[in-house]
Amino acid sequence: MIAFIIRRLLQSVLVMLAVAFVAFALFTYVGDPIAIMLGQEFTEQDRARISAELGLDQPFFVQFARFVGNAVQGDFGLSYRLARPVEELLLERLPATLELSLVAAFFALLVGLPLGVYTGLNRDSWLSRVFLTVSLIGVSLPTFLIGILLIYVFSVEVNWFPSFGRGETVQLGWWSTGFLTVSGLRSLILPSITLGLFQLTLIMRLVRAEMLEVLRTDYIKFARARGLSNRAVHFGHALKNTLVPVITITGLQLGAIIAFAIITETVFQWPGMGYLFIQSVYFADVPVMAAYLCLVAFFFVAINLIVDLLYYAVDPRLRVDRAISGGH
Amino acid sequence: MATTLPDATKTAPGLSARILDSDVFYSFRKSPLTMLAALVTLVCFSGALLAPWIAPHNPFDLGSLNLLDASRPPVWIEDSDPRFLLGTDNQGRDVLSTIMYGARVSLLVGFASVIFAMVLGVTLGLISGYVGGAVDAVIMRIADVQLSFPAILIALLIDGILRAAFSHQLHDQFALYVLILSVGLSYWVQYARTVRGSTLVEKNKEYVQAARVIGVHPIRLLFSHILPNVIGPVLVIATINLALAIITEATLSFLGVGMPPTKPSLGTLINVGNDFLMSGEWWITIFPGLALVLMALSVNLLGDWLRDALNPKLRVTR
Amino acid sequence: MTRAPANRALLDVRNLRVEFPTRRGNLVAVDDISFHIDPGEVLGVVGESGAGKSLTGAAIIGLLDPPGRIAGGEVLLEGRRIDNLGYEQMRRIRGREIGAIFQDPLTSLNPLYTIGRQLVETIQTHLDMNAAQARAHAVKLLQEVGIPAADRRIDHYPHQFSGGMRQRVVIALALCANPRLVIADEPTTALDVSIQAQIITLLKRLCREHGTAVMLVTHDMGVIAETADRVAVMYAGRIAEIGPVRDVIKQPKHPYTVGLMGSIPKITRRDERLAQIDGSMPRLNAIPPGCAFNPRCPRVFARCHVERPDLIDVERSRVACWLYDEESPRLRAAGDE
Repeated sequence: MIAFIIRRLLQSVLVMLAVAFVAFALFTYVGDPIAIMLGQEFTEQDRARISAELGLDQPFFVQFARFVGNAVQGDFGLSYRLARPVEELLLERLPATLELSLVAAFFALLVGLPLGVYTGLNRDSWLSRVFLTVSLIGVSLPTFLIGILLIYVFSVEVNWFPSFGRGETVQLGWWSTGFLTVSGLRSLILPSITLGLFQLTLIMRLVRAEMLEVLRTDYIKFARARGLSNRAVHFGHALKNTLVPVITITGLQLGAIIAFAIITETVFQWPGMGYLFIQSVYFADVPVMAAYLCLVAFFFVAINLIVDLLYYAVDPRLRVDRAISGGH
Repeated sequence: MATTLPDATKTAPGLSARILDSDVFYSFRKSPLTMLAALVTLVCFSGALLAPWIAPHNPFDLGSLNLLDASRPPVWIEDSDPRFLLGTDNQGRDVLSTIMYGARVSLLVGFASVIFAMVLGVTLGLISGYVGGAVDAVIMRIADVQLSFPAILIALLIDGILRAAFSHQLHDQFALYVLILSVGLSYWVQYARTVRGSTLVEKNKEYVQAARVIGVHPIRLLFSHILPNVIGPVLVIATINLALAIITEATLSFLGVGMPPTKPSLGTLINVGNDFLMSGEWWITIFPGLALVLMALSVNLLGDWLRDALNPKLRVTR
Repeated sequence: MTRAPANRALLDVRNLRVEFPTRRGNLVAVDDISFHIDPGEVLGVVGESGAGKSLTGAAIIGLLDPPGRIAGGEVLLEGRRIDNLGYEQMRRIRGREIGAIFQDPLTSLNPLYTIGRQLVETIQTHLDMNAAQARAHAVKLLQEVGIPAADRRIDHYPHQFSGGMRQRVVIALALCANPRLVIADEPTTALDVSIQAQIITLLKRLCREHGTAVMLVTHDMGVIAETADRVAVMYAGRIAEIGPVRDVIKQPKHPYTVGLMGSIPKITRRDERLAQIDGSMPRLNAIPPGCAFNPRCPRVFARCHVERPDLIDVERSRVACWLYDEESPRLRAAGDE
């Protein structure tokens, strides 16, 4: 078990290094920090001076090492566009994105799971067909369109919810939360539905497909042959086996949600990291791009690790507990 | 009493007869929804493809635009103009025509990126599965890492890199190719993995070993012998991928980092029209949106049907 | 529930017919078969793959996979019809009165639950016991099927057992509510040869001790010879021959059974080549009219192509072959056309 954890940790570190490498390559070869910092007119001496200060005349690997060292401490330099430290910018917006993502994920699970189970168990009922058709439309609807439609219907037409912004937030230390104010909560509704809808349809279809697979297995057949009640077969046996792969995929989807937040934040002008990232792409603001990449990669890797550990805890076959199989 | 097959001593049926009689076509015929989806897809695709010839107006011919025609609503609302079936935007461009041209661009990027991803993914998958060893390990590691990131992020990243590398004007000129590259590069992984899996299985079969003994060149072996046997699931992935590619491109354009307004795709149109949503001119955004959804939905339906039809385990006979 | 006149049979299958509707028409997988099983006896059901043996078992227990369905006939358990019961009523019979064992012990057990939990759950479904009593009962069952250190291993997961051990657990599960009949579908096919004998012995012993009847479905004649009291030979969804095991094996009457017995290598025989039946079993959508075996039968004659033979009593067996019908002009003489 320990060996497993160590191995996964090492893998994670390797992935992070690879990502850092890409980010660093971005920095050195694509941007020209000196021109940005010094403006249009500068002399060769100025360039040489700044170069030495920033360590840009050092060999590649030394620079990379410095980059990694800085990155680990959260220092990604200054944003080209806003001339502020990148980590400050990211930290300011992190709570907004995380809160939105968590609520969206919660929503997707809360509705998607039961729907998936229902359509898996009642494969041919008309209600299942309705849900499936709606889910197919959901998969074909791009997130931004959902956002626009929701804004149009609920903001412009009936004006129940605000169409942009986070509403009032409360500052708890360095974290700003929208959970504690009414306007904050109201502002969360439309964006989190937009963000969560895609995941919801994904979860529903996944759970359904898994459920149908499981219901075809021999152990379910044997459970029925033993006369177990429908409830025991469906919810005791089938559901548990269905949930194991679903947990992992859902966990991985959390990472996707954080990334998809980019779109939702843009539509709703939600002041989160995603919105910042889009603007940095448009303006070729390399430090912000690189930093966002590293941060998101870190989230993914961390989530992957947690999910793997969870899998390990839930599926007894993975526990290398080779008891003596005592004769035949 | 059991039924009997036609006498097998007659000559074998021709290709068209075999297709029409196949289980795949049967399930197609039996599902009116799928046939509808196929029809819609066909209509959308041909409408988009033939846009320059059959669109009622040319929205990019600046000379033909008349500001007096601006902001006209669709034909069934008063104050409209029967020349512009779905209304006009704030510059007098016919919405229906812009949708057709926009769909053309969307489809172009969609198809091109799918083909790019397919060629790249299938080739890498074949090589990875056949050669094995270190090559396989490297390719699969990259695939795994990329797979844990959502496609949109990869596409955004590649777009951002290219955008930072070139100036703005240059970028706009090449936006089409940049988009195809970004979207294609973000989707190759699934092809590679599937083909690799199938190749691993086929590699050990007798026909491959027989061909090697004869001395068939490995490349010919890969593409003429193994490839036809692993192509089935690839087609299913490609169809579902097409819908995803269309949506991804639309998203990128909507976010402002895809096709520019000078050569808009449906996503760009939606973005531009979004500003007018609040002031009540909903048709400028909603109709392109509907067109997008319609295309994606029909392609998805076709993909769903194809997957079920090619999977013998799911076949339900009713 | 109709009450047939009291008869000794535990299970009575009459004219059972199982169909699969497909787009090319109905496939008849089990075509009008009839047999019975007495209390405590072991009936072997033998035949090639695809002969319809497993489907018969599935139909009896009510677990046919759709679109397969029972299209005709009756199944009676102690005189009561069970083929037309609703799902819930049938469920109460399953496990309690009729048990089932399937082929692959690895996939028959839920990998995520301990075998103890799976046992206790089944016990409590059918017998009125609390958790502690059920657990004690489970331990006792495990000991009966020969699992060492049962009180410890009851909390182990299926993957912690070897194949033979797992099948013992499966047997324990099938027998825990003491059913009167067990349908065993190829219970040893997935096991090593050396283990097969042990499992068969176990099954025999348990069923004798509990008075359980067994419908033993298999393609392995050796197992039948060892275990069964009577045997039914199935071919293309029909019963070709059914009778006491000794008779069918030593003096097979149906030409198909003769062919089967002839193709089994014997230590005492000194032939150089094994006898082989030409051709193969017809596909379900290409079953010939008349007797299904007629294309391959070395003793075929005119009537075989036209009429499907009923089961005809011959000594202590019943054989579906026109050779044994007194009205047919050709009798047991060899060398027919």
